[in-house]
Amino acid sequence: MSDKITNILLVGVGGQGILLAAEILSETCMLAGFDVKKSEIHGMSQRGGSVVSHVRFGKEVFSPIVPEGEGDILFGFELMESYRWLSLLKPGATVVANDLCIPPPSVLMGQDSYPPDLAQRIAQRFPDFILVDGQGLATEAGNARAANTVLLGAVSKRLHIAEKFWLESIERMVPKKALAVNLKAFEVGREL
Amino acid sequence: MKEILSGNEAIARGAYEAGVKVACAYPGTPSTEILETITRYPEVDASWATNEKVALEVGIGASFGGARALVTMKHVGVNVAADPLFTLSYTGVNGGLVLVTADDPELHSSQNEQDNRNYAKFAKVPMLEPSDSQECLDFTKLAFEISERYDTPVLLRTTTRISHSKSVVELADRTTGLPEPHLVKNPAKYVMLPGNARGRHLIIEERTVALSKDACSMPINRLELRDTKIGVITAGVSYQYVREVLPQASVLKLGLVHPLPHQLIRDFAAQVDQLYVVEELDPFIEEQVKAMGLQVTGKEILSLCGELTPGRLRKGFGLPEVAQGAVETLPGRPPNMCPGCPHRGVFYTLNKLKAYVSGDIGCYTLGFMPPLSAMDTCICMGASIGMATGVTKVLPPEERKKVVAVIGDSTFLHTGVNGLMDMVYNKGAATVIILDNRITAMTGRQENPASGHTLMDDPSNAIDFPLLCQAIGVKHIRTINPLDLEECDRVIREEMERPETSVIITDKPCVLIKRDGVYTPGHVLEVTEETCTGCRACLKIGCPAIEWVPSSGKKGKAYIDPLLCNGCEVCRQLCKFSAITEAKNER
Repeated sequence: MSDKITNILLVGVGGQGILLAAEILSETCMLAGFDVKKSEIHGMSQRGGSVVSHVRFGKEVFSPIVPEGEGDILFGFELMESYRWLSLLKPGATVVANDLCIPPPSVLMGQDSYPPDLAQRIAQRFPDFILVDGQGLATEAGNARAANTVLLGAVSKRLHIAEKFWLESIERMVPKKALAVNLKAFEVGREL
Repeated sequence: MKEILSGNEAIARGAYEAGVKVACAYPGTPSTEILETITRYPEVDASWATNEKVALEVGIGASFGGARALVTMKHVGVNVAADPLFTLSYTGVNGGLVLVTADDPELHSSQNEQDNRNYAKFAKVPMLEPSDSQECLDFTKLAFEISERYDTPVLLRTTTRISHSKSVVELADRTTGLPEPHLVKNPAKYVMLPGNARGRHLIIEERTVALSKDACSMPINRLELRDTKIGVITAGVSYQYVREVLPQASVLKLGLVHPLPHQLIRDFAAQVDQLYVVEELDPFIEEQVKAMGLQVTGKEILSLCGELTPGRLRKGFGLPEVAQGAVETLPGRPPNMCPGCPHRGVFYTLNKLKAYVSGDIGCYTLGFMPPLSAMDTCICMGASIGMATGVTKVLPPEERKKVVAVIGDSTFLHTGVNGLMDMVYNKGAATVIILDNRITAMTGRQENPASGHTLMDDPSNAIDFPLLCQAIGVKHIRTINPLDLEECDRVIREEMERPETSVIITDKPCVLIKRDGVYTPGHVLEVTEETCTGCRACLKIGCPAIEWVPSSGKKGKAYIDPLLCNGCEVCRQLCKFSAITEAKNER
């Protein structure tokens, strides 16, 4: 195993299920035999605040947070949050972002406007960028609420971890009744 | 067996493995999940106390009875529990007692970022500080051993990054063969009257000296010799940042941060060219190393404020920055009260009545945020009522009427009730609103003595607030529906006019309560586009379900997201044009 640490950032809005996606990702890394650390701030996560979860894996991980400017992959659940946290990435990093806009309070109240053309602006700075219609593809897979799993599927293709570990951790972490649709959503994501 | 656990989960597991019989806490970020996790182990009696002082006293009782006891709280909770802690240091323990203090550098969810390592020195109690989840588990077990071996309570300090980060942990079985609890009478040790306490003081000073000496050979204080040009003394999460940023540096990693292993530090200093201390917040280790007469660099290069990060450490050591330039300013995304939150109508009304709001700690502290903007002070748990009494003492009569204290159910029972006793006793003339949403919401929906259930989910007594206030001597007690704006306006206005203490209790539950039959959402609402005049009145409550659509109509119109709306109907009462009605298609 090389000493290289892979740094992943999962970003979005509190209540979007970012913490569960980060759990599945971390569990997968552990099953695949890596050392892994995951860090995020709870507390505000259910109240619509901006949420960042850090997942790092490799042979031996020290810092639980991704050092500034060393992110390899940004996994964005919402467009403006994806854009906000680009500063944590290294040049040439990969961005997998959900094509979803959730207006923040100042936009809801009509005091600000939601920034335009974010997808294009991300693509300009990070050419390795995939914009995913998470909700649309999840609906096709059977349930719009499995959007995170579609995105996870897309991210999984960019990490060198065997598919069986992903499937095993999804089976461990996702409630039984939602498992079938999540496995399907994961496959849809892997094809992107 | 291996599992990925957060620091908090690992502490709970460590306590279970250590044979803990009693675990007690008051919820507070970032400590809350320790007790929530410990409920997985039926061997442990786990409970939420009314406040941190009571939690520690329950732990002390269990310890004196001969069992191992775990008590957990956030950093500011130790301020509340400090009174028993300082004298517990004198008595020592019977069964081991470990007090977890979860500090919050960077104030992710706190009112200050005090460094509770100072408590260890102040109370003369040993403190362990883990650097990852495995150490959280191991150090918790070790803390119980130290507690019993040295006859002392032990502090285990985490920070938010340790409590809430997850890493791989190896699990073990629960310890067996601990002594069975039974009554022990030993007044010279447990009755802290001056005559007894003087003798105990001598013993604790000797204890600290012994611990400092023994700490030099404890494996948790670990010397990692690499390149000897730079030597770093560090502990906790800072150790991880040092290893990340200065992989070649020699490190003295401290697991016991009080008392310090003086001889080990001297030996390390002698082996390296330049000595540094890397620590978050206060120069706690640095000052003691300086007092030993050693040359050391610390806060000259690192901030006294906030968390460390790998980037901040790089900067401190003058290493080239790797961070990208920040993106241009984007609209912020602060947390907000949930759609349907019962606090919203109250804060809308307080804003309208131009009240001076003496605030408190809970979800309702978000009433500070615009557009509600109805909170003028927030200091600590329970402070709203005492401060309201104080400010009315100095104001002229007309301004006195403006003073309203707001406090949640759990916070009221934590330390607010004492403030109310004082207000009545000393004839304070403010209005107190108890925002009873039947749960401790901000920390993630914990039960409390007014919710009717315990941490273990057993049905229990629910405190009757009107009856309690009556017993305290409040003459004017009103219960209101906080989702009825007319009622809020009328009742709050009347009680503010009254030149004596009055209490208003709101009676709608938190929308996040999952227990059957407590919270039921209303009918989803919608905006009729043809009737909406774009007056923006409904935007004044800051509901996340209501969106302003500038492109709709001539000047813009409101839109209600049916997936977010909980049907509380507060916005409907604000619409003068009856444009908000029940949605035709229920989701």
